[in-house]
Amino acid sequence: MPPDTPTREVFAQFGLGWEVTFYFLALLAILVFCWGIYGHVRKYRRGRPADRFDRLGWRILHAAQLVARNAPILRNDLYAGLGHLAIMWGFIVLFVGTAILTIDYDLVRPINPDWRFWKGEFYLWYSLALDLFGAVLLVGLVMMVIRRGFFKLPQLDYGRADANAQVYDRARYLWDDWLFLGLLFFATVTGFLIEGWRIAQHWPAYEQAWSPIGWMTATGLSWLGLTASGAGASFFYVWWVHAFLALGLVAYIPYSKAFHLVIDFANLVFHNEDVARRLVAPPVGARSVGYERLQDFTWKELLDLDACTRCGRCHAACPAQTSDMPFSPRDLILDLREYADAMTIRAPARLDRQRVKEDGRKVLLGTRLAALDGLRLAGGLIRSESLWSCSTCSACMDVCPVGVEHIPLIVQLRRALVERGEVDPRLQEALGYLGRYGNSFGQSERKRAVWTQGLGFRTKDARKEPVNWLWYLGEYACYHPALQGITRSLAHILHGAEVDYGILYEAERNSGNDVRRVGEEGLFELLRDKNTQTLEKVCFNSLFTTDPHVYNTLKNEYPGLNHDHHGVYHYTELLADLLASGRLRPARRLPYRVTYHDPCYLGRYNGVYDPPRAVLRALGVELKEMPRSRRTSLCCGGGGGRIWMQEIGEVHSRPSESRVREAADLPGVEMLVVACPKDYVMFTDALKTTGLEGRLAVKELTELVQEAMGLPERSEAHEQVQAQR
Amino acid sequence: MNILVLLKMVPDVIEELEVAPDGKALDTEFLRLIINERDAHALEEALLLKEKHGGQVTVLALDAPEVDDTLFTALAKGADRAVKITALEPGLTTRATASRLAQVLPTVPNLCPADLILTGCQAIDDLDGMLAPLLACELDRPYLGLVSRVEADPAAQKATVLKEYPGGVHGEFEVPTPAVLGIQAAEKPPRYIPVAKVRAVMKSQTIESVPVPPTADAGPPAVEVLQLAKPEATTHAEMLEGSPEEVAAKLGEILAARGVL
Amino acid sequence: MAGNIWVLADHWRGQLSEITYELLVLGRELAAEAGGSLQAILLGHNVKDLAAGLGAADSVLCVDLPELAEPSADVYGQVLAQLFQAKQPQTLLVPLTNALWEVVGVLPAQLQIPFVNFCLDAKMVAGQIRARCLLYGGKMEATVTAPGPVLLGILSGARLADQGRAEKAPAVEEVAVTPPGSSRVRFKQYIEAEAGDVDITQQEVLVSVGRGIQTQDNIALAQELADAFGGAVSGSRPVIDQGWLPLSRQVGKSGASVKPKLYLACGISGAPEHVEGMRNAALIVAVNTDPQAPIFNVAHYGVVADIFEVLPVLTEEIRRRQASRAA
Repeated sequence: MPPDTPTREVFAQFGLGWEVTFYFLALLAILVFCWGIYGHVRKYRRGRPADRFDRLGWRILHAAQLVARNAPILRNDLYAGLGHLAIMWGFIVLFVGTAILTIDYDLVRPINPDWRFWKGEFYLWYSLALDLFGAVLLVGLVMMVIRRGFFKLPQLDYGRADANAQVYDRARYLWDDWLFLGLLFFATVTGFLIEGWRIAQHWPAYEQAWSPIGWMTATGLSWLGLTASGAGASFFYVWWVHAFLALGLVAYIPYSKAFHLVIDFANLVFHNEDVARRLVAPPVGARSVGYERLQDFTWKELLDLDACTRCGRCHAACPAQTSDMPFSPRDLILDLREYADAMTIRAPARLDRQRVKEDGRKVLLGTRLAALDGLRLAGGLIRSESLWSCSTCSACMDVCPVGVEHIPLIVQLRRALVERGEVDPRLQEALGYLGRYGNSFGQSERKRAVWTQGLGFRTKDARKEPVNWLWYLGEYACYHPALQGITRSLAHILHGAEVDYGILYEAERNSGNDVRRVGEEGLFELLRDKNTQTLEKVCFNSLFTTDPHVYNTLKNEYPGLNHDHHGVYHYTELLADLLASGRLRPARRLPYRVTYHDPCYLGRYNGVYDPPRAVLRALGVELKEMPRSRRTSLCCGGGGGRIWMQEIGEVHSRPSESRVREAADLPGVEMLVVACPKDYVMFTDALKTTGLEGRLAVKELTELVQEAMGLPERSEAHEQVQAQR
Repeated sequence: MNILVLLKMVPDVIEELEVAPDGKALDTEFLRLIINERDAHALEEALLLKEKHGGQVTVLALDAPEVDDTLFTALAKGADRAVKITALEPGLTTRATASRLAQVLPTVPNLCPADLILTGCQAIDDLDGMLAPLLACELDRPYLGLVSRVEADPAAQKATVLKEYPGGVHGEFEVPTPAVLGIQAAEKPPRYIPVAKVRAVMKSQTIESVPVPPTADAGPPAVEVLQLAKPEATTHAEMLEGSPEEVAAKLGEILAARGVL
Repeated sequence: MAGNIWVLADHWRGQLSEITYELLVLGRELAAEAGGSLQAILLGHNVKDLAAGLGAADSVLCVDLPELAEPSADVYGQVLAQLFQAKQPQTLLVPLTNALWEVVGVLPAQLQIPFVNFCLDAKMVAGQIRARCLLYGGKMEATVTAPGPVLLGILSGARLADQGRAEKAPAVEEVAVTPPGSSRVRFKQYIEAEAGDVDITQQEVLVSVGRGIQTQDNIALAQELADAFGGAVSGSRPVIDQGWLPLSRQVGKSGASVKPKLYLACGISGAPEHVEGMRNAALIVAVNTDPQAPIFNVAHYGVVADIFEVLPVLTEEIRRRQASRAA
C-alpha cells in the first residue's frame, strides 16, 4: 500500500495481545447481547399465536418507511422528532461504518489483504460520511439531553397516577434513561476524540476536507496543548475508553430501553392498525374469556411490552391520566413488561417495588418471584380501578410511535374482571338491563320508538317493508330524554329531504360496542347475534347510525355489514352527502362561530373527520378548530362503557370539563358542536359543572342543520309530543 | 351446610302491564316474567353462606316462562343444583304455592334436608299470603322475615340473624336451624354473572324437573279477584311545565307562598 | 262475636305506631257496616298503659305476658289463634309493619282463614269484605273479596291517623290464655342505626333522591339544593342499597317516616314502600322523567323533566330568593 493512500490502522499497532484482548471483549459483548436477545425471543415463543404474517412484504416496507422518516414521532413532537431522527440516522450510519470496517478488516483481509477496499477514495467518502453523521448524532443527543434536563416534561418524570404517589415509585427508571443517553453521548464523543487524537499525531492534509469534525477536534486538542508526540503516547488510552463504551453499549442493548433499537422495527412490522376498532374474540375453547396469566398473552402482545420506549406520549395524551384518574397506559405496559420479564427471563422486577410506610420507612414489596406467581393480573398487578378508568378513546395507540396496542390488552384484562363478576354496581345494573331489555336504560323494548310519536308523519318499519336507508339509532338517541328531541329533528330533516328510511322499532338492541369494550364478551355476542338475526330479515341498501360507537361496531365487528353492499355510515356522512347533492338546501346561513369536537369512535377510530366539517361549511358557520382536534381530539370520557360507571377516585378535572374549557377559550366561539349522543350528554353536563353555561352552548350538529333548514324548533316539536301525551 | 333457595318468577314491572279481557288478571300476551328481586338477594345470601361454610345450595322454582334462564343463572352464580317443579295447575296463588311446595319437597329425589330455606321476604304479587312464613308453618320450622344478614353456626345448629326495623335499626335474633328465612337484602348486592358463564352452564348442567303429585286438598277458601285495573289516581300532582328556568321560578313562587322559604 | 272487627295494635319500643290509628279509623267504618263493635287487640308485656291510646276502639282485648315482650311468629300466632277461636271476630285488620312482619305472615296459616295483602282500603258489601289492594309494586290495583272471617294486611296511608286518636279511655278486657310455649326464634338485642348523622325526621326540608340520580357524584346536586334550603338529603331504598347515602337517610319501609314542610322527590318513582314514609309531608314536589311515575299521584306538584336540568336551576332560584329575603 503506498504510504500516501488515505486509510488508517485499525488497531494502531497496539500489539497482538491487545488485539486479542479486544476480540475477546468484543466476543464477550456479542455473547452478552445474544444471550439477552435469546431471553426475549424465548419469551415471545411462549406467547399464544397471533395472526400477523399476512402481506408480510407490505408490512416490512410500510414499517421501513415509517422508521426511515420517524413519521410517528415527528407528527406530534417536532423537537423530539428531529432529535430522534438525528440520533437514529447518525447511529445507523456509524453502525454501518463499523460493519464496513469489520467486513474489510475481519472478513476480507484474512482471505486476501489485497482485496481490502477501505482505502483511497472510498475511505475518504467513508470518513466524511461518518464524520458528518457522527456530528448529526451528537447534535441529536445534545437536543435530547436538553429536552430531558430542562423541558420538565410530565411524561418523562414517571410520576404515577395509577396509585397514591407515596406508594409507588418508578423514579429509578430515570437512571436508565440517562444511562442510555450518556452511553451514546460519551461513545460518540470519545469516537471524535480518537479521531482528533489520531489526526493530531500526523495531521494528514486530506483529513481537513474529509474529516472536518475530526480536524476541528484535533485543532482544539492541540490548542489545549496536546502535542503530536503526546497524542501518540496517549492514543492507546483514548482508544480503549471508546472501545469499552462502544462494546458496553452493545452488551447493554437487550437489557435496557436501548432494546428498542432491535425490537421496534419488528413491532411496527407486526402492528395492525385495526386492533382497537375490531377486537378479537377469545380463542375457541380458551380456558378463560379474559387474560388471567402470562400464558394468555400472544407473542405480539409480549413484543408490545418490550417495544415500549417509555417515551410517555400515551401518558401525556391519556384523558384518564390528565384528569388524575388512577391509570396511565404507559404504566400499564411497564407493569406488564416487568411482570413478563420477571416470570420468564427472571429479570428483576420493579413492580410496586417501593412502599413508603407511614413512618417514612421504605419497604420492598413484590420483588420475589414467589410473590408474583400468585398475583392476579387483572385486579392484582393492574388494579381494577385502573382498568376501569380507560374510556378506550385510543389516543394512546394513536400517539404511540412504535405500534404498542394498549386497548386490546385493556379489554382482555377487563374480560377477566367481568368473568369474575368484579364490576362496579352501576355497570352491573347497566349490563343486567342490557342483557334483559337490550338497552342500558332499563326501559322496555317497546318504548324504543316512543320518540316517533308526534312526528306528524309515519316512520317506516324496516322489518315490514323495504327501505333504502336503515336508520340504526342507538339507545341514547332512542331513550335519553335530552336526546329524543334531537332524534326527532333528524327525522324531520330526512323526511324533508325525502330520504327513504326506516327503523327497526323494538327489534333494535344495543349494538354492543361498549359492552364489548367493557369486557362482557358473552353479552356482546348475544346482542350482536340477535341484531344480526334481525338485520338479515330486513331489506335495505345502506345503514346509517346516530352514534359513533354503534357505527364502529356495526362497521367493523358485525358480519354481513359494510361489505359490497349494506354499507355503514354515520349520519354526518349522510347529511354531508345530502347537502353536497343539493337534496338538502339550507334556507339561511347561520351566523355563528363554532368549534367541532371529533368523537373518538368517528375520528380516530374510523377516520371520519371531514363530513361533519363539510356540513358545518354548508351551513355557513365559521369553524374554529380547537388545539386538540382531529386525531388529537380529547375524549369526553364517556366511551368504552365509562358512561355506565361510577367515577373513580378523586377526579380533579373531568375530561369533558377540560374539553368545554378548551372550546370556551377559543376567541368568539359560542358553540361546541358535537356529532355523538354521548358527547352531547357529557358536555351539557360539563357546562353545568364548569359554570360555562351562558358563555358556551353545546349543540348537536343536527340542531344546527335543522335551524338552517328553517324547520320548527326542537322545543316546539317536543311540546307537540308532550301535548299528545 | 345445605341451603334451599326458593325462586319465584313475577311480572316484570318495567314492561307495561296490561289487564286481560276478563278484567281480573294480567294479560299474559305481553307479560314478561323476572326473578322476584328479593329472591335474588336470598340466593346471594345463600351463596355467601356457602362460601363461608361450604355445603350445597339448591335452587328450586315452580315452572314458569323464562324460569330456566333464572335457574341456569343461579347455577352459573354458584348454586349446586337446580330443581323445577312441573305439572302445576296454572295461576297458583302464593298460599297454594306454599302448600304445594310443602307437599312436593319430600318427593324431590336426594334433596338433602336443608339447614336453611331462604327466599325473598315478599313478592310483588303476594296477594293472599307471603311464601316464607306460610311454608314455615307447613313445615313447622321457625321463621324470621325482613332479614338482611345471616351468620350461621352450623356446628351449634343455629344462626344469628339481623332483621330490619324502621329508622335503620336492626334486631338481632338467634334462630335454631333448620329454619325458614325471608330475605330483605343480602349482605352484598347480588353478584354479576357474565353471559358466557350462563351459556356454558346451559351446556354443561341440567335442571331437574320434578312433577308435583296431584292433590285433593282444597285448603282455605280463596281470595277472589273481582277486578284488576291500573290504579286510578284519586289525586294527581299539579304539573308544572316549561323550561327548567320557568319551572324553577314557579316552584319558587309556590314555596314562598307556602312559607317554606 | 260475629260482626266484630279486630285491629291488631302495632307498637314498637313502647309506642303505638301511627298506622295503628289509621287502622282504627278503617276498622270503625267496617264495624259500622258490619253492625259489630271495633275491638283493638293489644299483645305484649307491660303494655297496659298503651291501651289508653286505643280509645277509638269500643274495647281493647289485652294479653300481657312476658313471653309476648317481642313479637314473634310462634308466640303471637298461638295467642291470636286462641283469641280468635274464643271470640270469632268477623274481620281482623293487621298492619304491614316491620315489627309484626312474621306475625302477619303466619296468621293465615294459624287461623286457617283467607288473607288479603297490600290493602289500601276495604268495605263491607253484602256482608262480605271487599278490599282494594296495590299489586305489582303499585302498578296495578285489585279489588278482591273473600268469604267468612278474613285477615286484612293493611298498608300505611289507608286513612288519616289523626282521626283514630280519641280522648276517652277504652274498656280494657284482660284475656287469659293458655300460656304459649317459648318462641323458637329468640330476640337478642336491637342494634341502633349509626349515630352522628343528620336526623331526617327533624328536617323541615328534605331533598330526596331515588334511582334516577344515577351516580353517587350526582348526589352533590341534591346536596347543593338542600343546602340552599337549609335542609338535608334523604333517599329511597335503591340509593341506600348502593351505599350512596347512609342507612340513616332512608325514607320508607325500614327507613324513617318523615313529615317535613317540603319533600322534594327527585328521580323517585314512588313505590308503595317509599310512599308510606313520606306521604304525610306537608308539601310534596316530585321531579321525574316518567310522566306515568306513581309518585305524581302522591305529590302536590309535579315536574316531568330531567333532574339534572332542573336541580341546578332550582338551586339558583332558591339561593336568589333566600338572599333577597335575607336582604
